[in-house]
Amino acid sequence: MTEWLNIILQGVLIGGLYAMFAAGLSLIFGVMRLVNIAHGDLIVLAAYVALMVTTSLGLDPLTSLVLVVPAMAIIGYLLQRLLLNRTLGDDLLPPLLVTFGLSIIIQNGLLEWFTADSRKLQAGAIEVQTFQVMQGVWVGALPFIQFIVAVAVIAGLQQLFYRTALGRAFRATSDDQSVAQLMGLDTRHVFAMAMALSLAVVAIAGVFLAVRANFDPSIGPARLIFGFEAVIIGGLGSMWGTLVGGVILGVAQAIGAQIDPGWQLLAGHITFLVILAVRPQGLFPKVSG
Amino acid sequence: MSVVSHTVQHATRSSRIGVALIAVTLIALALAPFWGDRQTLRLLAEVYAFVALASLWNLLAGYAGLVSVGQQAFVGLGGYLLFWLVIVLGVHPVVAIFVAGPVAALIAIPVAALTFRLRGAYFAIGTWVVAEVFRLLASQISVLGGGSGISLPAAAVIAMAPTRQAREFEIYWLALALTVIVLAAIVALLRSRHGLALTAIRDNELAAQSSGIGVFRIKIIIYVLVAFGTSMVGALIFLQKLRISPDTAFSVNDWTAFVIFITVIGGIGRIEGPIIGTIIFFIMRQTLSDLGSLYLLIMGAVAIVVMLWAPKGLWGLIAERYGWQALPLQRHLVLKPTKTSGRPS
Amino acid sequence: MPDPLLDIRAIDVFYGDFQALFGVSLRVNAGEVVAVIGANGAGKSTLLKTIAGLMHPRGGDIVFNGAPVGNAPAFDVVKRGIALVPEGRRLFPSLSVEENLLIGAQSKRPGSWNLARIYELFPVLAERRHLPAPSLSGGQQQMAAIGRALMSNPSLLLCDEISLGLAPIIVRDIYARLPSIVGEGLSVVIVEQDIAQALKASAQVYCLQEGRVALQGEAHELTRERISAAYFGV
Repeated sequence: MTEWLNIILQGVLIGGLYAMFAAGLSLIFGVMRLVNIAHGDLIVLAAYVALMVTTSLGLDPLTSLVLVVPAMAIIGYLLQRLLLNRTLGDDLLPPLLVTFGLSIIIQNGLLEWFTADSRKLQAGAIEVQTFQVMQGVWVGALPFIQFIVAVAVIAGLQQLFYRTALGRAFRATSDDQSVAQLMGLDTRHVFAMAMALSLAVVAIAGVFLAVRANFDPSIGPARLIFGFEAVIIGGLGSMWGTLVGGVILGVAQAIGAQIDPGWQLLAGHITFLVILAVRPQGLFPKVSG
Repeated sequence: MSVVSHTVQHATRSSRIGVALIAVTLIALALAPFWGDRQTLRLLAEVYAFVALASLWNLLAGYAGLVSVGQQAFVGLGGYLLFWLVIVLGVHPVVAIFVAGPVAALIAIPVAALTFRLRGAYFAIGTWVVAEVFRLLASQISVLGGGSGISLPAAAVIAMAPTRQAREFEIYWLALALTVIVLAAIVALLRSRHGLALTAIRDNELAAQSSGIGVFRIKIIIYVLVAFGTSMVGALIFLQKLRISPDTAFSVNDWTAFVIFITVIGGIGRIEGPIIGTIIFFIMRQTLSDLGSLYLLIMGAVAIVVMLWAPKGLWGLIAERYGWQALPLQRHLVLKPTKTSGRPS
Repeated sequence: MPDPLLDIRAIDVFYGDFQALFGVSLRVNAGEVVAVIGANGAGKSTLLKTIAGLMHPRGGDIVFNGAPVGNAPAFDVVKRGIALVPEGRRLFPSLSVEENLLIGAQSKRPGSWNLARIYELFPVLAERRHLPAPSLSGGQQQMAAIGRALMSNPSLLLCDEISLGLAPIIVRDIYARLPSIVGEGLSVVIVEQDIAQALKASAQVYCLQEGRVALQGEAHELTRERISAAYFGV
């Protein structure tokens, strides 16, 4: 019994990481209907940026966020302003194919620069710290922090979306681009801000990913798929839904892995496909929040 | 006054020259075993496979608007079906290719039912998830070697043809024939009533819908047909390789990234695009492959540049510049003024 | 004669290959209300969209406050003081009534319009400030759309088909508030199908016909016959 509780709890906590993958994806889809195929590779890029920052400045990974988050946000802003804004329009193909090309470029650029070797960020003592939540049920300090950060990120995005002028601009632009311009909003800038914010979240997700496990240049696409599955399970357009989606995915993978190590990923994908079959709108489609 | 009579023609002068050129080229290629060495035959067979895969993806994405990044699902499925049919059921490898197609098409129906619930770009990632599921399932099949894969048994290989040379010729001709069949089927489809509907959908889906075209039904049909063809090509690819593993069979780079780049660079939504694209792709590969991952990086960059600044691809540029078309696909209204007695209008 | 606030000089405007406006010229002086009338498809909305920067003329000039604005993007035009109330209201459905008004102030132009004054002008909006915009009635949505445009403190307000789809009593109610809007030197261009309403509200009238100015004059000087001749092109 406690064995399963432990497994499910692990799944819930990793779900927080998936929710962060999903939140960045969901954010830009919500604002500009862009599905960024390179999203997973940008997460991995963030991990490598963190690797460079930690090794060159001797910072610990969590502190490195102070630099990695703004760096990724700037990359996001420029990427949207210089490249992705050109792809937006009625045609589906350009954004898909350009971000697909971008994914290949990032993967192979990282491969060229950092080789295919596995890397990991060392967070020191905190990595092995655990605490007992009840008799026989243990939680690692780092997964716990990761989950709390994920909840905070999603709550923060929710606040930003519904309580700030920038969030208002995001929603207005998403509703009606040309009228948004009549309000004095430069939609190119609004889109770039959305991408900057998405990559700020990606930066946080990337650092936690890199602390939790080994990473190499090829693991991006799987992260994109996890984030995407969490978005669809949770329901399009819902921020809290991404958290629920991430947690469901994490728990499904944890249970699958317990049954047979080969079933970890499969269990997650099958859960996604089942939800797509029985409830294609997701569990929380566009709730008011 | 004069009344204008009209006829609809497919052919133009350039397309008539094109058809003649194609016939000559095909004969030369069919005779390749008599003029080319082993290396050349292998390379050509690979070229044919990519022409077929890219043409099928082009039909899917460029004509039916179904942008899939998960076609490796069907390449791998075809390969695995072939190996399963040969190893478990003892089917002759060549027969297995032609069984793999329809079986994969059957499997594609529930896959379409599921992934079609996702719209637009999310459909793309959904197809990718399906390919991942196929890959993970394939690595669970212990009789086919699980995660590490399996080779085709020597007995089955010898059953194809007694000598290696005969086998290689056989595979070469199969690859050429399959690609010609795939291309001919696509051309026939595009020239049919359904082709017109597809063009209407591509140009304006909403308008096509309101004019009574069953958009959803046509898209499902195309998806299943493309799965049919893609799986047969996949089966042939792995018959040539004589070995299969989940990672090679369901590789997103090999069977989707390259295929997309080929189509985009050559010209998406044009039948000639994938052929031109494949030629360019192989020239780039032969000259740049020493660069390793840099070569893929360059390919990604070229695809982005083409997509943004020449969205119709290289063939699109050429066709627009000179009004060429190699295959008689576009319909031309030919107006012939004829003299008639002055009827009141 | 003082320089006009808005001086449109012989603009040609196209949708792709289709020409919608042919050498249209129009002047709006400070504090003046100008009506643009014409049949459906005469180019009235195109004219307003072009002034607002959503479209750009291929020929001719648009000079506002002494500066050319013909090629300026819409988000820049509103910062210079031109606000458009678009045809069909087009409030942002994901935003509340108050958020719709607040986003109107995005351009941060100084001036006397603020939430309090909009609510004073249209009290019903204050009652419904926290409701989602689509829950308002048509007339209330029109008030919110006008309020949203005023929040940018424009010196020129462009109103596209305010009366469209609204009951006559509501149209009269909205037009009755026009004087208090114009009160402080704001110039207005109204595009209307409702000719009577347009003539009553305006000083200058332009009649468009198939993309050309067919008639122009002071509202009180124009006879019904001349207008209908220009309107219908007979």
